[in-house]
Amino acid sequence: MADSGSEEIAVIGNTDLTPSESENNLKNTMVEKGTSLLKMMEISVAEAEKRTGKNAVNMQETYTVYLIETRPVDAASEGTNPVPDSLWRRYSEFELLRNYLLVTYPFSVVPPLPEKRAEFVWHKLSADNMDPDFVERRRVGLENFLLRVASHPDLSSDKIFYSFLTEENGWKETVFETGFQAKADSRLKALNATFRVKNPDKRFAEMKHYGDELQSVISQLLRVRARAADRLYGVYKVHGNYGRVFSEWSAIEKEMGDGLQSAGHHMDAYAASVDDILEEEEHYADQLKEYLFYADALRAVCRKHELTQYELEMAAQDLTSKKQQREELATGTIRTFSLKGMTSKLFGQETPEQREAKLKMLETQIEEGEELVKERNAECEEFVKSAWVDIERFKEQKDHDLREALISYAIMQISMCKKGIQVWNNAKECFSKM
Amino acid sequence: MSASVVDNTVSSGNSSVAIPTDISGQILDLDEDDELEVFSKDTSTTQTDGSSFNASMQTSPASMINQYKFEEEEEDADTKDIFVTVDNPESHVTAIETYITYRVETKTTRSEFDSSEFEVRRRYQDFLWLKGRLEEAHPTLIVHPLPEKFVMKGMVERFNEDFIETRRRALHKFLNKIAEHPIFSSSEDFKIFLTAGSGELTSHKKQGPGFLSRMGETVKAVAAAVRGVRNRPQEFTDMQEYAEAFSQKISSLDKVTQRIVREQKEYLEELKECGPTYALWSQSEQELAEPLKNVAGCVDNCCKETEEQVKHLNDHLIPVLHEYVLCADTLKAVLRRRDNIQADFEGKTEALATKKADRDADSKVLSLAWDSLVGRSPEEVKQQKQQKLKGEIKEMRDELDKAEDRLEWANNALKTDWTRWQKVMRTDLRSAFIDTAERNVSYYEKCLAVWESFLQSQRTDAEGNGKVDSS
Repeated sequence: MADSGSEEIAVIGNTDLTPSESENNLKNTMVEKGTSLLKMMEISVAEAEKRTGKNAVNMQETYTVYLIETRPVDAASEGTNPVPDSLWRRYSEFELLRNYLLVTYPFSVVPPLPEKRAEFVWHKLSADNMDPDFVERRRVGLENFLLRVASHPDLSSDKIFYSFLTEENGWKETVFETGFQAKADSRLKALNATFRVKNPDKRFAEMKHYGDELQSVISQLLRVRARAADRLYGVYKVHGNYGRVFSEWSAIEKEMGDGLQSAGHHMDAYAASVDDILEEEEHYADQLKEYLFYADALRAVCRKHELTQYELEMAAQDLTSKKQQREELATGTIRTFSLKGMTSKLFGQETPEQREAKLKMLETQIEEGEELVKERNAECEEFVKSAWVDIERFKEQKDHDLREALISYAIMQISMCKKGIQVWNNAKECFSKM
Repeated sequence: MSASVVDNTVSSGNSSVAIPTDISGQILDLDEDDELEVFSKDTSTTQTDGSSFNASMQTSPASMINQYKFEEEEEDADTKDIFVTVDNPESHVTAIETYITYRVETKTTRSEFDSSEFEVRRRYQDFLWLKGRLEEAHPTLIVHPLPEKFVMKGMVERFNEDFIETRRRALHKFLNKIAEHPIFSSSEDFKIFLTAGSGELTSHKKQGPGFLSRMGETVKAVAAAVRGVRNRPQEFTDMQEYAEAFSQKISSLDKVTQRIVREQKEYLEELKECGPTYALWSQSEQELAEPLKNVAGCVDNCCKETEEQVKHLNDHLIPVLHEYVLCADTLKAVLRRRDNIQADFEGKTEALATKKADRDADSKVLSLAWDSLVGRSPEEVKQQKQQKLKGEIKEMRDELDKAEDRLEWANNALKTDWTRWQKVMRTDLRSAFIDTAERNVSYYEKCLAVWESFLQSQRTDAEGNGKVDSS
């Protein structure tokens, strides 16, 4: 790396933010929004460790665990700094927590987890899940997830979430006891089924469409960015060859030797600087990825709305057909084709007592149907109301976060340019001494 | 004035006379003014036939060196009295071929030129001819390389615009390097190249050492090369090693730079897709639409800057490095030719020694049998033989003296020009690298400005909306 001649990069105004600083900004924003949970405790995912053990089929496996630390807010501010409470969790436990939240709060846009496997990698970046850089970025992502949940107005007060943070043993059993899995299965089925809704809320239809677009465009952006990063890496690294050749050339020159030699050092520094630059850009990519996955969560809420709407429509349809049947039975006319009508034609009319019994049954069914429709309607309205509140909240959060991400991207580019200016100015000075 | 001094020591034949060793002292006694005279009147040492430099080759090595040294000291930008430009390529179509000519414009205050401005059209072949003539006349001076005849890589079409422009620039540099060279710039061939009409040039080209005499020289050169040089002075071996090493390094730099250009182009291809993706995204957004569009614009601007930076590398640094790759080959060729001249001298030395040995041997041995057969007295025969040998020896000695002079001149010319070349190389490469570094700084500065303006717009936006940024 560069030896002599590397000065501090001048900080102009507030244009320089380290990744940890931007991380803190996010945290601060979330804390400011002030859920009661965050007012109470500090949450962090402090470390990651490799473990080996036997899995469900009694085979040896290696996995990573993450250390969750919680600390009461007051204690920290008092400066006494007590030892935080901590427990270890694996990625699969985070997944379980999220699935629980998805099922239990279908009207919430549930924060996403960091990706399970490394995607959108450029060649230097490892796709290996055990790679320390990947593990580190995942640690940050998991912390981010916890903070997002903790700052969500509805999710933060969930007891299962609280015990996830505080109770190491028996948490899994507690989750399963809620019986969310049964609901999970049916929900999954519903979400995957194709059905046609006649009157979806326009806003939700638009949101779903937006979710699709967001996912598509962010995927494209991540792909393009990864390829560009790969190429940029190549450009910088080839400059390292200048360093080597200048050094060799300086050995055969008398007056030019010193200038060439020191210029060569700066070329080496330039080549090496790309590693830090691309690491910072990876952080930006992670921010985009979070919203790529958020798009999925958003679409899930929209689908849920469709489902509730569909169920309402089904109930209403059923009620209408039952009312029609009553009318037919009462007036004796057959409006629409029905198997019952045909069979009665074929096998003869029913007796007045039978008709009476049928009518009575229908009446009950209609009553129940009306209750159901009322219920489903209320459900639908309730869902639409809660979901839209959370979607609005999400929109604001998304606009704010992505704008911050774009700003930090610009800051990164500026930092990269400043480094470039410095290196080439240094090189120019050395060349002048040639 | 020095010219006339030198002239007096040159006889009109092809043999040179032993030069008094203190002639350099005589030249140094000249008045100050005459130093300038030396520079401009150099061409007066040439004779009026076409083979101008065979004559100056016959001037004493010592005087030539001193001339050279004076001229070098005079060479500042202030005293530059000749300006040559190569531009305006034009295509010419004939029944047989199509070729390009370039306009060569000369502006000069030199008195040996009939006028102060000249404009002629020349084609690549003409440049080749000029280079050949200079090399012939000065086998151990370093002639700046011409752009190559064909460009192998990429199968560039000869009449492709970029190719023509690159060639034009290289031809321009070539002529300017000749004009800046103390000896070459006063070459008669150079003057004719710059001033003659095409007909005049063609007829002048036909003069000069004919094909056969050139062949003769080549055969001699090959013979000398095959023979090899025996006692090369260390300094020339050092130069050889330097030339080898320099050649390797500069070739590496050329390759590295070309690789950088390739990688930059590929980076640019990918980057070109980023801007449109941000723009596409902005279409789905409301609050974010403006910053996204802004970022798209910034990325597109950076693309433009990158494109220009690559072009600059291609147009400026790469041609210079390429020139010096060719220069390295010239250095090696010049050293080879010097070696051949020395080999020639060594060969002649050996031959003379052998002849002398023959002469001394003969004075003892008499081939009586043969001589009595042809009816001559031993004394007569001995006399005849001795006369013959004496004649041969004198001839060989004259040849040897010439070869020695040629060698000394070649060595000194080479040493002086080598130093000169190194200075020029240093200047050229230094300014090329400085230029590249400056360009890179400018590239980053422009990109920096692009992104800072984005930040600025976001800050004013935030303030305008009443939001306070956490930064």
